[in-house]
Amino acid sequence: MSEMIEVHDLVKKFGDFYAVDHVSFQVSAGEIFGFLGPNGAGKTTIIKMLTTILKPTSGSIRVDGHDPVRDQHQVRSSIGIVFQDPSLDGDMTALENLQLHGVLYGVSAEDRKDRTEKLLRLVQLWDRRKDFVKNFSGGMKRRLEIARALLHEPKIIFLDEPTLGLDPQTRNLIWNYIRTLNKDKNITVFFTTHYMEEADRVADEIAIIDQGKIVANGVPGALKELTHSESLEDAFILLTGYAIRAEEASTSDRMRTLGKVWGRR
Amino acid sequence: MNVIYILCLRQLKRYFRARSRIIGSLGQPLLFLLAVGFGFGPTFKKAGGGNYIQFLAPGIILMGILFTAVFSGIEIIWDRQFGFLKETLVAPVSRFQIVLGRTLGGATVAIIQGFIILVICLIAGFHIEKPALFPVALLFMFLCALMFTALGTAIGSVLEDMQAFPLIMNFIVMPLFFFSGALFPVHGLPKALQIAIRVDPLTYGVDGFRGALGEVSLFGIGMDLMILGILTVILLAIGSYLFSRIQL
Ligand SMILES: Nc1ncnc2c1ncn2[C@@H]1O[C@H](COP(=O)(O)OP(=O)(O)OP(=O)(O)O)[C@@H](O)[C@H]1O
Ligand SMILES: [Mg+2]
Repeated sequence: MSEMIEVHDLVKKFGDFYAVDHVSFQVSAGEIFGFLGPNGAGKTTIIKMLTTILKPTSGSIRVDGHDPVRDQHQVRSSIGIVFQDPSLDGDMTALENLQLHGVLYGVSAEDRKDRTEKLLRLVQLWDRRKDFVKNFSGGMKRRLEIARALLHEPKIIFLDEPTLGLDPQTRNLIWNYIRTLNKDKNITVFFTTHYMEEADRVADEIAIIDQGKIVANGVPGALKELTHSESLEDAFILLTGYAIRAEEASTSDRMRTLGKVWGRR
Repeated sequence: MNVIYILCLRQLKRYFRARSRIIGSLGQPLLFLLAVGFGFGPTFKKAGGGNYIQFLAPGIILMGILFTAVFSGIEIIWDRQFGFLKETLVAPVSRFQIVLGRTLGGATVAIIQGFIILVICLIAGFHIEKPALFPVALLFMFLCALMFTALGTAIGSVLEDMQAFPLIMNFIVMPLFFFSGALFPVHGLPKALQIAIRVDPLTYGVDGFRGALGEVSLFGIGMDLMILGILTVILLAIGSYLFSRIQL
């Protein structure tokens, strides 16, 4: 089996702070890879580097054989991303958001039409397709973002806490679909989550990261064995400790608050 | 459908959907037209300046374009704040295509706004003296719209939040308008003011636009067109450059 993602000795420093501290791992083609870690562990930072958004301080990355720093374009056409933070245009309808995405990714008009209907039905938003996204609930927005990331049928899909704030029904629905896609189309899935049972259930392979370092990886069963735990949650806590990670509000959070203060529409 | 077109279309849709914004940004030009236009009219006439509405209207139309264009460009800040900018920036398309689509969209919106104000000016008693030159007048509207959207893009690419918005209004947009000769004739003014007027890009827009609509042009339409054209290209280049350097 070939490697879809190869990361070697990856480092990202913000000032003197190591957000990602010499990390290496591989993800095979067709695998569902779960990335777990406490708040501030460096998960999003790694996803940003894998998806061309952020430049690494040092180390090497291959995504589908391409370097995200040098071959941005190639990497971008093979991936789909669901960001941790919202990224929809609230002033456009669900359909328009998908249409724009399809055009940006060069999906033909015909495919766009077929897939849009199929995906929107799947995430159960077909009846709301002509509504403005700003009127959607948090869960509906999330479902739309997932549908959008799949519209161009990427080889790899990155999901940064895709099921955050979703009810169990929706989480099930979405994971079932992602697994089906993974089986049928051999799409590689790279996801992060704070729901341990979810990771246990869907991931083929798991890496646990803490303070920028990978502290353990393997199949879920192996991690439980390693720590002699019943559940992945126990294994996770044993591996990463009980301390709560103090996190400053990020700049984007602060900007969002400001946006509200300015009272945009 | 292509990338530039769809991004352009997005700007247009957003504009037509935000009716309060259309009406809101008509407020300022209207206020100037009515209060300043009719208020100063008699004084202007007594001083031998002729019909003040004829003199003022071109400047007011470009004012509407200036405000709308800069604001369209600055919308990048909102898109960044609400996360949508990421969606476009990680797509497999060049930043140049994105910035071009956005800028053309913003400029189109600004021109539409200019047209609405033109119609209002016509209702308020403004005449187009030389209809044959109207295509040239359109060209001036287009160049101003493009130039100021590019300016907005440049500003929006550098700023991270809207805190600086009043600063931009008071130290960039308003001065651009007030020093453009939109409100008063530029000859016979103190030296310092003359210099400010000469370096304001909008001066050449107002002057040429006025000429094309049949009023007196100070520098000549050809000269205005050339200066404006060059400045537009420069600002487009700066805007695209700064946009291409946005870090998420
Ligand atoms: N642009 C930045 N500038 C400075 N520090 C940053 C920046 N981005 C992230 N960090 C820091 O890097 C660390 C890792 O952040 P990251 O967002 O990757 O965490 P995470 O594992 O995704 O956490 P969460 O589960 O809360 O999403 C944090 O300490 C964060 O404060
Ligand atoms: Mg994160």
